[in-house]
Amino acid sequence: MALRLPRILRRPVIAAHIGNETARTDWEDALPSARFRIERESDWRRLEALLDRIEKGSAAALDEEELLALPTLYRATVSALSVARETSLDRALLDYLEGLSTRAYLSLYGVRGRLGPRVLDFFRHDWPLAVRDLWRETVAAALLLAAGTIAGYVLVRVDSAWFLSLAGGMAEGRTPEASTQTLREVLYHGAKPGDALELLAGFLFTHNAQLALVCFALGFLLAVPSSIFLITNGLTLGAFLALYASRGLAGELTGWLAIHGTTELFAIILAGSAGMRIGWAVAFPGQLSRLDGMAVAGRQAGTVMVGVVVMLFLAALLEGFARQIVTSEVLRYAVGGSMLVLWCAYFYRPAGRRA
Amino acid sequence: MSGRSPLDAKRIRMLATPEGVALPLELADAGQRAAALLIDLIVLLVSFILMSVALLLAGMAIGRAPAYRAIGVLWLAGSFILRNFYFTWFEARPRGATVGKRILGIRVVARQGGRLTLDAVIARNALREVELFLPLTLLAAAGIQSRVAAWIVISGLGWSALFLFLPLMNGDRLRAGDLLAGTWVIRTPKRPLLPELADSPAETFSDAELDVYGIYELETLEQVIRQAHAPTISSVAETIRRRIGRQVWSDGGATKDLAFLQNYYSTLRGRLEGKLLFGIRRVDKHDRP
Repeated sequence: MALRLPRILRRPVIAAHIGNETARTDWEDALPSARFRIERESDWRRLEALLDRIEKGSAAALDEEELLALPTLYRATVSALSVARETSLDRALLDYLEGLSTRAYLSLYGVRGRLGPRVLDFFRHDWPLAVRDLWRETVAAALLLAAGTIAGYVLVRVDSAWFLSLAGGMAEGRTPEASTQTLREVLYHGAKPGDALELLAGFLFTHNAQLALVCFALGFLLAVPSSIFLITNGLTLGAFLALYASRGLAGELTGWLAIHGTTELFAIILAGSAGMRIGWAVAFPGQLSRLDGMAVAGRQAGTVMVGVVVMLFLAALLEGFARQIVTSEVLRYAVGGSMLVLWCAYFYRPAGRRA
Repeated sequence: MSGRSPLDAKRIRMLATPEGVALPLELADAGQRAAALLIDLIVLLVSFILMSVALLLAGMAIGRAPAYRAIGVLWLAGSFILRNFYFTWFEARPRGATVGKRILGIRVVARQGGRLTLDAVIARNALREVELFLPLTLLAAAGIQSRVAAWIVISGLGWSALFLFLPLMNGDRLRAGDLLAGTWVIRTPKRPLLPELADSPAETFSDAELDVYGIYELETLEQVIRQAHAPTISSVAETIRRRIGRQVWSDGGATKDLAFLQNYYSTLRGRLEGKLLFGIRRVDKHDRP
């Protein structure tokens, strides 16, 4: 081996870099690539140990010094890989470095910091921004819901036989044949001590949230199922409105619905619009490729959906507890109305945009 | 290890790091994905049963009406969280893998490189609802009601099958959730750093004796030495000796043959690496300058 070492291999030998004594004795007549390895091996081992700990727990498991060392070790390893690719023919070493670099890359560029600030960030910026960005779809979804409601209302007013087919399983004794008294009682049925309000709230939440998630997930079928979901919800709503309006109870029913409905219907509209955004991206990807467009829309809609689940949780609390406890109509309107104002202010407020 | 087979090479995708180094990512194959999902479903089922039993026992221990209701709420919430957030929770963690994926040595990463964000994980797992749970519940419901409409069962199964086999219909093994979230699933095998084979050679070889082989043969030789399978060692040593015209009696793959191979390997690697420094990469023995 009469070859002169390339400059990158002629690093000053630092004793700390050499793992053990045998390595030191072999040093002089080893291959350049073997020396290269001996010189850097301890760095790789150290990076490997740090990665093991990160993958077991979290980045919080490392102290400050180790956190600072991590990117340096990663860059050293990646650059060792690119040097080794050009100078070493040790397949095992190349495989090892590729594996280690990939692990380190995923660990470094994949860690998203601590959960607390991320959650805060989500409520402060990510969610309102994503919702605001979906405003076209939100308007469309609201219009679909309104159209369904009007259609349901008109159908039942014209012919009350429509009611059963539109309201379906939701009727629970509230049929055109029921007396006005029964219908009114449902609305002002206050909470009795034995009522399982929390169970009702729990059921309402899981049921609605599940439906909303399905509605979102089905969006990629060109938004057709999401639209159908919105319209059928509207039809049921319209049918009930018509039934109660025929007894002169429309205002009371609206109050009964409004207390939680402003939150719940808003959430449903957002779920529908998230689905529509995906469907739109599939159908008309614009400048992006269809695959990329779908991915962008999917992530944005995913953000909205986390918020929708939160909203539905609040709606279930309102429906399960507040509605049963608050039987005054004015208060019901007040609660429902203020919730709507709060949501709109939160989502569409002009301030708080992230630069 | 060395020299990937063509079948594996089809599943390699190159990722360019911000440092400008290309890293090969190996996509998980359909079998690994299916096995991971199966393990996850079993984990889900077992935790669901454990939760139900624990809550039932707690309810019986307390034995009061308000406790029953609280337990009912807990059960509802627990089932909802298990069903919707089991996958999301695990994949959003630094490992990017559920229990099943971790066992199979695979993980979720963003297709574009860069970070795997929470919204991507949520989008990819919300689609499971449509791919898996919805048809399953549909089938279960159809099974419970005695008047099973055959077309419901058939369309439910067809729907599931469509999504189930979607990963087989594209080269990147993407399921619907991966399409939507811009993710894919890769293998993350832990490769240990194997000991260095090159040693200062006791035996010397002339340039002519070394020039018969290229990099491909060197890597194959490395693999042979590492596997240390006596009959293979013996026959490879025999082949090389015949090729370079050395008359030495083989000892059947024992120390003498192994030492010969190691010496030859070290010297050949030194020579090929020396050429590499001058920009000559001799791919295999047929590659003549």
